[in-house]
Amino acid sequence: MIVKSSARVFVSWVIGVGLIFVITGFAAAADTIKLGVAGAHSGDLASYGLPTKRAAELVVKEFNAKGGVLGKKVEILAEDDVCKPEVATNTATRLVSGGAHVVLGHICSGATKTALGIYKDAGIIAMSSSATNPELTQSGKYPNFFRTIASDDAQARLDAGFAMDVLKVKKIAVLHDKGDYGKGLAEYARSFIEASNKAKVVLFEGITPGAVDYSAVVNKIKQSGAEAVIYGGYHPEASSIVIQMRKKRMNTYFISDDGVKDDTFIKVAGKAAEGVYASGPKDTTKNPLAIAAIAAHKKAYNADPGAFFLNGYAAAQALLTAIQKAKSTKYADVAKALRTEPVDTPLGRIKFDKNGDAIGVGFSMYQVKNGVYVETSTAASDPAAPKKKR
Amino acid sequence: MDYFLELFFGGLTRGSIYALIALGYTMVYGIIELINFAHGEIYMIGAFTALIVSSVLAFAGLSGLSVLFLAAAAAIVYSAAHGFTVEKIGYKPLRQAPRLSPLISAIGMSIFLQNYVMLAQTSDFLPFPSLLPDLPFLSDLEIGIGSTEAIILMTTAVSMVLLTLLIKFTKMGKAMRATAQDRNMAMLVGVDVNRTISYTFIIGSTLAAIGGVLIASHIGRINFYIGFIAGIKAFTAAVLGGIGSIPGAVLGALVLGWTESFATGYVSSDYEDVFAFLLLVIILIVRPSGLLGRSTAQKV
Repeated sequence: MIVKSSARVFVSWVIGVGLIFVITGFAAAADTIKLGVAGAHSGDLASYGLPTKRAAELVVKEFNAKGGVLGKKVEILAEDDVCKPEVATNTATRLVSGGAHVVLGHICSGATKTALGIYKDAGIIAMSSSATNPELTQSGKYPNFFRTIASDDAQARLDAGFAMDVLKVKKIAVLHDKGDYGKGLAEYARSFIEASNKAKVVLFEGITPGAVDYSAVVNKIKQSGAEAVIYGGYHPEASSIVIQMRKKRMNTYFISDDGVKDDTFIKVAGKAAEGVYASGPKDTTKNPLAIAAIAAHKKAYNADPGAFFLNGYAAAQALLTAIQKAKSTKYADVAKALRTEPVDTPLGRIKFDKNGDAIGVGFSMYQVKNGVYVETSTAASDPAAPKKKR
Repeated sequence: MDYFLELFFGGLTRGSIYALIALGYTMVYGIIELINFAHGEIYMIGAFTALIVSSVLAFAGLSGLSVLFLAAAAAIVYSAAHGFTVEKIGYKPLRQAPRLSPLISAIGMSIFLQNYVMLAQTSDFLPFPSLLPDLPFLSDLEIGIGSTEAIILMTTAVSMVLLTLLIKFTKMGKAMRATAQDRNMAMLVGVDVNRTISYTFIIGSTLAAIGGVLIASHIGRINFYIGFIAGIKAFTAAVLGGIGSIPGAVLGALVLGWTESFATGYVSSDYEDVFAFLLLVIILIVRPSGLLGRSTAQKV
């Protein structure tokens, strides 16, 4: 009997304390700006999510030190979705019911996609630092979605555009290594070239990674009369192909991706690497804001920041600055501010296009000159280039 | 026609390289009926040795053909020593064991050697200097064959002839043939079987080392994993030609090289391996013992 009643007392005590928290929570809602931060904060993929959460904390600290946003302190509501779409719906619901004004997240494309519907219905803007699936912005289904990372097809668009507009070639061979990354890039590149009508894809092939030699493929490139090769894949195969092309005295342009923009490529291919083009993420190492953000992270956590940290930092800054400039937390006002008011971030000066992709974020074209990759000035890296529905 | 010739020579080069490695498989199988999975790794070790020696020699100021020959010699010695040791450690103690045991031992040796090179050297790709001399007159001839291809073809042809002479006309060759026919009988008539088997491994490893130097110069990069794919392809070639048969291994390797080259050239490189293995299946259905393999009736 005694045990039972003490249990009852305990339960009511728990409910009572819980109620106090809930009430104080509602009370606090009145005078803070709530920044929801959703993503993988535990589990296998926590290393993708935690840097963005830390970035948000640093940005919020910085804003609060300057007096907050719209005269109110900014508060973080962090929710974990472990990068799983089935968890992300709950995460999103909790953030919505917790009163988040804007959401920084999610981290993985799949989880982001499921959560976006919930935010859309609730009239909340979500901005991801790392979800790269092209559909998220290009499908037009999620007008409340923004991101500070270039989509998966941005590199392909840059590579294809560079070949057609800067090098002005008419015949392009597109090769890939049959892997997810390389093949995906090659297929995007092919569809951009075919849609533009400026050049023709004369050869589209997958090569076998690790094969003994690539002379047959190189012969085929020669036979096809291609003026440029766009290769999706990694440096080991790229170096073999380039070496064999140059051995056959072919001066065909060779354009590739981030997997080839690696110093090992230059080391292995040696002289043959000269003049090769490869796209890679924009250089942010000279941006003072990036240097400051990384220094702040080192001071707070005594470690180098992880993946997508600068993207997360930029996203948090963009969201809070947009609220400040819009002088409102209303959906339409904030969305308009994001699209019209540029903001200085560690990724450079960015604003967002009508699909929600950040303009000025993404990839640049590099060329090997005297044994090092040099950023070419002619690169027009713009994820906001003409969209094509798929 | 030019295109055809280019593909033809490309396939021939590829086939010659497969042949050099396939010979090691087929010789070992002919003598002790063991598929020596570590053979691809011997080829990789040959390439690594040549790289290290040639870098040292280049540092010492040597250049040209002397580097090539010294590096190749070092690669041969080192690979042969590895082949010899692998046999002594991994296969000799298991000679009387059921046939699966040495097979597992061979797979273990292969994994061991890969990881040993990875840890001792690096897991990255390394640039391999083009040791083979440039023969500009070949590109002037415009028959679709480059100088490295020509050198690979010549070296392989010479190695084949020497190997055939060795097996046909020397005492050791006779002992090898005797051991291959019947190990116990050879032992009874006074053939030192252990020595013969060791020699077989040394000769196979020598050919693999030559292959390693040639192909590494041809493609210009190596890492610890190159032996695996080359080994699988060479093994396929050996089976295609009839495992245990030396001319069969060469023929199988050339057929495989041409199939891959023409499949890439006229169909699509996406299907390179599909065609290569489809051919293997068809040949094995029609001729279960391979192109030149003898169909040995099992004695009951």
